Amino acid sequence: MGLELRNIHKHFGPIRANDGISITVETGTLHGLLGENGAGKSTLMKVLSGFHSADSGEIVLDGKQIKLASPDDAIEAGIGMLHQDPLVFLPFSVIDNFVLGSPGGWRLDRRQATAEMQELCDRYGFSFDPHTPSRLLTVGERQQLEIVRLLWLGARVLILDEPTTGISADQRAKLFAALKSLSKEGMSVIFVSHKLEEVADLCERVTVMKRGKVVGEADMPVPPERLVEMMFGQTVEIRDRKEVAHGKSRLTVDSVRMATGLLSEESTSLEVNAGEVIGLAGMEGSGQDTFLRICSGMRSPKQGSVTVAGKDLTGKHYRDFLAADVKYLPAGRLEEGLIEGLTITEHFVLSGEDRSFFIDWAQARNRAVEQVDNFAIKGTEASTVESLSGGNQQRLLLAMLPHELSVLLMEHPTRGLDIESADWVWEQLLARREDGTSIVFASADLDELLRYSDRILVFFSGRVIGELDASSTNVDEIGLLIGGRSANAELSEGSH
Amino acid sequence: MSSYRLTNLVLPISVVVASAVGLLVLAGTNPWDPLQLIVEGSIGWPPFEAGKSAKVGDTVMVWVPIALASAGLIVTFNAGMWNIGIEGQIIMGAIAAAFVAREVSAPRPLLVLLTILAGAVGGLLWGLLVGVLRTAGGVNEIFGGLGLDFVAISFTTYLIIDPWARTGVASTSGTDIFPDAALIPSLSDTRLSPLAIAIALLAIGGVWILFRGTLYGLKLKAVGANLRSSFLVGIPTNRYLLGAFMICGALAGIGGTVQATGFHFKLIPAISGGYGFLAILVVLLARYQAFWVIPISFFFAMIAVGSSQLDLRLDLNSALGGVLQGVLVLSAMFGLGWAAYRAKRQLQEASGGDSG
Amino acid sequence: MFDTATIASIVAGSSALMFATMGETINEKAGVINLSVDGSMMLAALAGFVIAFQTDIVWLGFPAAAAVGMSVALLIAFASIKLSLNQVAVGFVLFALCTQLSRFLGANYVGRRPVGVPTWEIPGLSSIPFFGPVFFDHNLVVYLSYLTVIATFLFMYRTRKGLELQGIGERPEAAHSRGIPVNKLRYFYTALGGALIGIGGAAFSLDVKLGWSDRLTRNLGWIVLAIVIFGGWHPLRAAFGVLLFGALQAYAINLVPEFPSLSQVLPSIPFPAMILALVIVNWKRLLKWLDRYPFLRAILRSDPPTAIGTRFKVN
Repeated sequence: MGLELRNIHKHFGPIRANDGISITVETGTLHGLLGENGAGKSTLMKVLSGFHSADSGEIVLDGKQIKLASPDDAIEAGIGMLHQDPLVFLPFSVIDNFVLGSPGGWRLDRRQATAEMQELCDRYGFSFDPHTPSRLLTVGERQQLEIVRLLWLGARVLILDEPTTGISADQRAKLFAALKSLSKEGMSVIFVSHKLEEVADLCERVTVMKRGKVVGEADMPVPPERLVEMMFGQTVEIRDRKEVAHGKSRLTVDSVRMATGLLSEESTSLEVNAGEVIGLAGMEGSGQDTFLRICSGMRSPKQGSVTVAGKDLTGKHYRDFLAADVKYLPAGRLEEGLIEGLTITEHFVLSGEDRSFFIDWAQARNRAVEQVDNFAIKGTEASTVESLSGGNQQRLLLAMLPHELSVLLMEHPTRGLDIESADWVWEQLLARREDGTSIVFASADLDELLRYSDRILVFFSGRVIGELDASSTNVDEIGLLIGGRSANAELSEGSH
Repeated sequence: MSSYRLTNLVLPISVVVASAVGLLVLAGTNPWDPLQLIVEGSIGWPPFEAGKSAKVGDTVMVWVPIALASAGLIVTFNAGMWNIGIEGQIIMGAIAAAFVAREVSAPRPLLVLLTILAGAVGGLLWGLLVGVLRTAGGVNEIFGGLGLDFVAISFTTYLIIDPWARTGVASTSGTDIFPDAALIPSLSDTRLSPLAIAIALLAIGGVWILFRGTLYGLKLKAVGANLRSSFLVGIPTNRYLLGAFMICGALAGIGGTVQATGFHFKLIPAISGGYGFLAILVVLLARYQAFWVIPISFFFAMIAVGSSQLDLRLDLNSALGGVLQGVLVLSAMFGLGWAAYRAKRQLQEASGGDSG
Repeated sequence: MFDTATIASIVAGSSALMFATMGETINEKAGVINLSVDGSMMLAALAGFVIAFQTDIVWLGFPAAAAVGMSVALLIAFASIKLSLNQVAVGFVLFALCTQLSRFLGANYVGRRPVGVPTWEIPGLSSIPFFGPVFFDHNLVVYLSYLTVIATFLFMYRTRKGLELQGIGERPEAAHSRGIPVNKLRYFYTALGGALIGIGGAAFSLDVKLGWSDRLTRNLGWIVLAIVIFGGWHPLRAAFGVLLFGALQAYAINLVPEFPSLSQVLPSIPFPAMILALVIVNWKRLLKWLDRYPFLRAILRSDPPTAIGTRFKVN
């Protein structure tokens, strides 16, 4: 009995997010689902919770095949999903969030609901004031709220998507105790995570996914190295890199603390020299993105300083960073980089150095054609950017970069790109490196990090958990750090 | 923005025709008479006949402020803003021009130039106010603009009743007529002013050039399309938003001057004539393209002028003109929306699966 | 200056705006902006007037007006949800169209007077000193406007469905994940809100300003939009805003004898005043200062439903 996923397929255009997934979750087990970013875990969970309908395959719950065409169906089947960022109505009170969407008559008996919520909370050691606005709750508390709500609605299968990102050790302990309790009571729990120690601690059985397929299954306990091996694959040969002499310090980030929802009491420092490539590793939401934004001037650090080529730019406007030749390329190409509706030529005009009032379109077009050629962008100079594929959008963004570039900060430079485009992107980046540009990039691809970085900083739970020399480390070591474990010692997160 | 395809126009035009016919039948007349009357009342029937030049002159002079306001609105729409404050910008331009007309004495060419400049400045400042309310005060430009519209209207009424009241007469019909030297030069016996026409065409042409061939225009478009990306590319987005409001305000203000010194020759309570809102309709129908503004605003001006005949001759309320304008724009929007919806559906079915 | 009679008349005169404000609050809570309020009120007022006039039965005017308001609002919802058009654009065009349409169709009815809404003093309650004549010595329409305010409040904040209404305008994805049919409900609430706006229009032509004229609503429809924001999208606070606006108007009119030249201007002062109030409730620096006084902050907070004006697409 239990929950069975049989041969689930789901594609988005050419991307096969779930390629024939079959998993069995026994009733009352804590089942872990491991995999790096892009492995297809989120898609699978969205299928299971009714947000997407699978292209093919069956879902069988307790022997009966069920159809999940909408979240409604999933709720009815007793499948409850806890999102990484819990879908909570922020301005509403806790009790309103608890009650919203529950079946029942017209009357809203908040008192009754509060009593029932209190009872569930007591059972699992949670506690909140029913009348606080939910936006004042921490992420951990919002999760607890969602869990009690799902329980109240009668969930029999609980899916938790990366639940421990951004919660305190205290809350994590409560969460795990509750989950263990629940599984003893017969609840099936699917625990999606990248944190090896937690999965080892909590789960009885683990499935590993990679690139849309199931690549391994194991009954716990299993050594974490084995899990890493399944998740990230074998170590890839490191390509011979040209040694480039590192020049003067380009960017110094000193004792910076981030004012984000992430819990981090510790500060981060980094010094980047000319011609260095620094890779930032870590799962989504571990802090690398925020760190990059601080380096770019998009955000100000709560504490600490950011110095560019000797000038202190802490707290200064983003434009000052741009003027200091620090350029930032966010991961959301259409949301934060390119402008939908405008053509390639127009983008080059906007990013170009010619500041004259009248645009010489003939010249602009020629330049654009030239760049399209140089950067092998599949499209014409008159194509609008939304018609380009991800790879070509990335090529455009790189082509738009100024000649003189002191520091280039990139969020996920090759995300969503095919191998050919990814290789090409790095060819360009390395060429710039030889010109003296420093590159700091965040990536979820360990191969990429190892291949191209000089140094690798691994982020975990909002802080740097380790700094590695790329030439002397390997996939396993990085993978362990990403998962929260250093090779030599056990680490506890959020030590307060 | 894509331009009209002929097939796309069929649906809206048929809806307009059908509604017009329907309404008129409902109102108890045959459909042809009112429409003919509108044309006759604006450009004459047969059109542009000699001897009807006064009417044509009026129609053209109604076209001028609508076209100017439309040109300005193209700028703000491209910057992603809903400048409902355009009415107030026209009004403040008219007030500024009225002030100069009344208080300043100068030889005619200079005085006319000053009224035009004053109108531009008045409208520009009023538009800037809307912009500042938005960028610095976080007030949605729709409500900021609306509020300032009301303030402008009240201010006009106040000026007409009190400081600029006609001597001896306490009325709301308007101020004294402006001195001749301030009036926009026009052709004999008509209101038709080649100067005004030139200004309007220049404005439209200027806006066209702005977005076709200047870096400033391209940056405005970028800001309107994606504020965030524009900011990241290094465009000072607030400055550009304010600039858009200023340009629109200036053009609208000049439209106000033309209303004051070229059409009514005095300040009246309804000095903007609702042409600001009408211009919004024009620009929506013209799909934000400068070229189409010229014929469409002329068409709307014809309806505005011609429909005043309906009351006199056919005992039909002149608001029929406004109805036609509204139906035209609404059916165009819905028609195009429907076409886009169908196109998307076909695309989805072709790729064989949901997009999600 | 503020004697019982004045206050009573403020309350009586606010009925139309009460209905419309409650209607628009519901619309916007569900995530749909109905910019056509002024125009749809005019058109609905005409419809109500015509029906009442032709049939000599006042009460038939109200459902007619409600139907008109509902239809206009549904057009906006349809344009937004199905055709992916901009709510503001469609709303504005509908405002222009409905205003002109009402003037055109209403030409023959200017100056006519139908049977008005009869006064209906509530026995007993109307003899309470001060509160009696102020609240309970009016007509059914006014009483219904109170009930509408109370009903809207109770529905939104004390019922399950009302909570769902708040949810769909606040975070449609979260509502969707709880199995709530977001778009279906958006159609429903837009229709309901539109109907109330229509009834507000009828309240104008059949009660507050008995009769029909070109300038019937005098731009009051626009103030409804501002009052909804001023009221923080909360029915009770919005109702307070309506009364406040009425009081400002009464005050302005009272000042006319002292400033006779301003007789035309003063009554329109409350409009920019309300808009100015919007500036204040939006002023970030002020909000930061208010953070120190949570009670005040709660009263003056003006956060829109987060997903207002947006489209929700199901995968």
